[in-house]
Amino acid sequence: MDFHSRSPGDKNPGAYAARLASAVFSHVFRGSDSSPDWIAGKARPRRAMMKTLTVLFFLLAIPTLSFAEEIPGATKQIAWFDTGKTSFALLTIAICATVIICTELARRGKPFYVRPIAGLLAMEEAVGRATEMGKPILFVPGIEDIREIDTVAGLMVLSSVAKMAAEYDTPLEVPTSRALVMTAAREAVQAAALAAGRPDYYNEDRIHYITDEQFGYVASVCGWMYREKPAACFFLGKFFAESLFLAEAGNAVGAIQIAGTAETTQLPFFVAACDYTLLGEELFAASAYLSGEPAQLGMLKGQDFGKLAAIVLVILGCLLATWDSISPRGKSDDGQNLPRRSQWITDTVLKGG
Amino acid sequence: MSKTVPVLIASIVGCIMIVANFSPFLLPARQIAEDWFTIVATIAMMLGGANLCVHHLKNISDREAGWGFSAVTLISFFITIAVGLLKIGVVPESEQQVKFAWSGPFQQEGSGFWWIYQYLFSPIVSTMFALLAFYVASAAFRAFRAKNLEAILLLITALIVLVGQTRDREITSLFLPPPAEGMPQHVPIADLTEFIRKTFVTAGQRAIMIGIALGVVATSLRILLGLDRSYLGGDE
Repeated sequence: MDFHSRSPGDKNPGAYAARLASAVFSHVFRGSDSSPDWIAGKARPRRAMMKTLTVLFFLLAIPTLSFAEEIPGATKQIAWFDTGKTSFALLTIAICATVIICTELARRGKPFYVRPIAGLLAMEEAVGRATEMGKPILFVPGIEDIREIDTVAGLMVLSSVAKMAAEYDTPLEVPTSRALVMTAAREAVQAAALAAGRPDYYNEDRIHYITDEQFGYVASVCGWMYREKPAACFFLGKFFAESLFLAEAGNAVGAIQIAGTAETTQLPFFVAACDYTLLGEELFAASAYLSGEPAQLGMLKGQDFGKLAAIVLVILGCLLATWDSISPRGKSDDGQNLPRRSQWITDTVLKGG
Repeated sequence: MSKTVPVLIASIVGCIMIVANFSPFLLPARQIAEDWFTIVATIAMMLGGANLCVHHLKNISDREAGWGFSAVTLISFFITIAVGLLKIGVVPESEQQVKFAWSGPFQQEGSGFWWIYQYLFSPIVSTMFALLAFYVASAAFRAFRAKNLEAILLLITALIVLVGQTRDREITSLFLPPPAEGMPQHVPIADLTEFIRKTFVTAGQRAIMIGIALGVVATSLRILLGLDRSYLGGDE
């Protein structure tokens, strides 16, 4: 697939644009496997980067151009860009670019080391334990809707857990607190069963909706846990006060428990009550880690560069704040206090521009 | 193809959300996307209600463990729906309204739906929430076992924070002798608690939050670029 080499026959820009759009579409939405030259590392770095940038351009430009004209008189009244968020936009672009560059490098065969995550390594052990004990597995994808990225991350892990469970033919119970999550979870488990070569494993009755109400959901799931005594419990998604109810119920029935959430207020409860806890970013890394695909592992490495930038900014902020406290900047000619040296970091970077 | 369209929708809507954060031009488009989510979620709610009925009816039919709870759930479900839809106990709120029960709001004070919420649902939820205290105690008991150095440090810190939440100034003066003349006063445990919470806890939480933010960026990019479709059931 080569959608950057313009053939001599394409003198019409419209035809070229259509061919380009078609190539982008087929590359992005028909899977990375459709570009063998890319995987084999034959593509030149510049061309590979151009491909990614073109994809991003299309994804960003199409909605912008489609919707912007819908506002009557918008060109005169509404700014195209909120200049107050310039630095935040630049930071976002820099981080996204780093992540994409690392993905491209991984695709072209550059090996990246990703540290082992105990909670993810224990997943197969947990499924195996449930198989040996002849007991079911419980997977709770949080209590929020699919619009939350935590829930999506939980569903991504569900896919891997369901595949392992299907291989071992161990029942997997997925109670959900949102109907949309139930639908997505059914899709994920069904596809995992197919991927494991066990289409008969999929039983949609095991993936069911309970209630949107937080404590009603907890009461139902805890009741099921006390009755059925699952051997392994996975709590991966967005949780609030119910986290400790679930984790303590799992502990009471003697299940091996793996939890993960991006809610910092709930992490201590999971750490106290579960065997393994995926702390914040580890939940988002789980799917990429379990997939083992080089492109996805490359994204994890891209995150590390983001962390490096954060460390640099933190150290810089500390030094500037210390400098401010030791030697204040004083006042300007008109008697106003001069801004602190660390103000750009605190006001622009930390407060999102 | 069955996965292509959802991925395409997710990518375009996701990009609208990102760009709208920086471009006021796209704010109406973001609002449209959010409205569509509400519409889809509402339709899914009906699907959820149907699934709930089927699931619990099957439990009762198969006499599975806890089938009695399923019966209670279904009875409560239908009673609440009937009371809410038929607006039982609702009266017209003003002279201007027609003299018909349905003209008032279904959550009106004194109505059947309000009564169910106030005297059944709310106490049950409060009871569940109150149980949290016992779960916290049980989890803390296990977590604070002084089995190694880290656990001992955790235990000491937890005790300081715990005591700091109480009337610590009296407790401090009870156990410690008064300081010698010319020596600084004892640091109240409440101040120590504040120091721990504002310094160590905040620093730790912020470190985790930075990691989460970066994780969200990478996960979002995986979804927007269609690299990870496992949440839709993969490529199969």
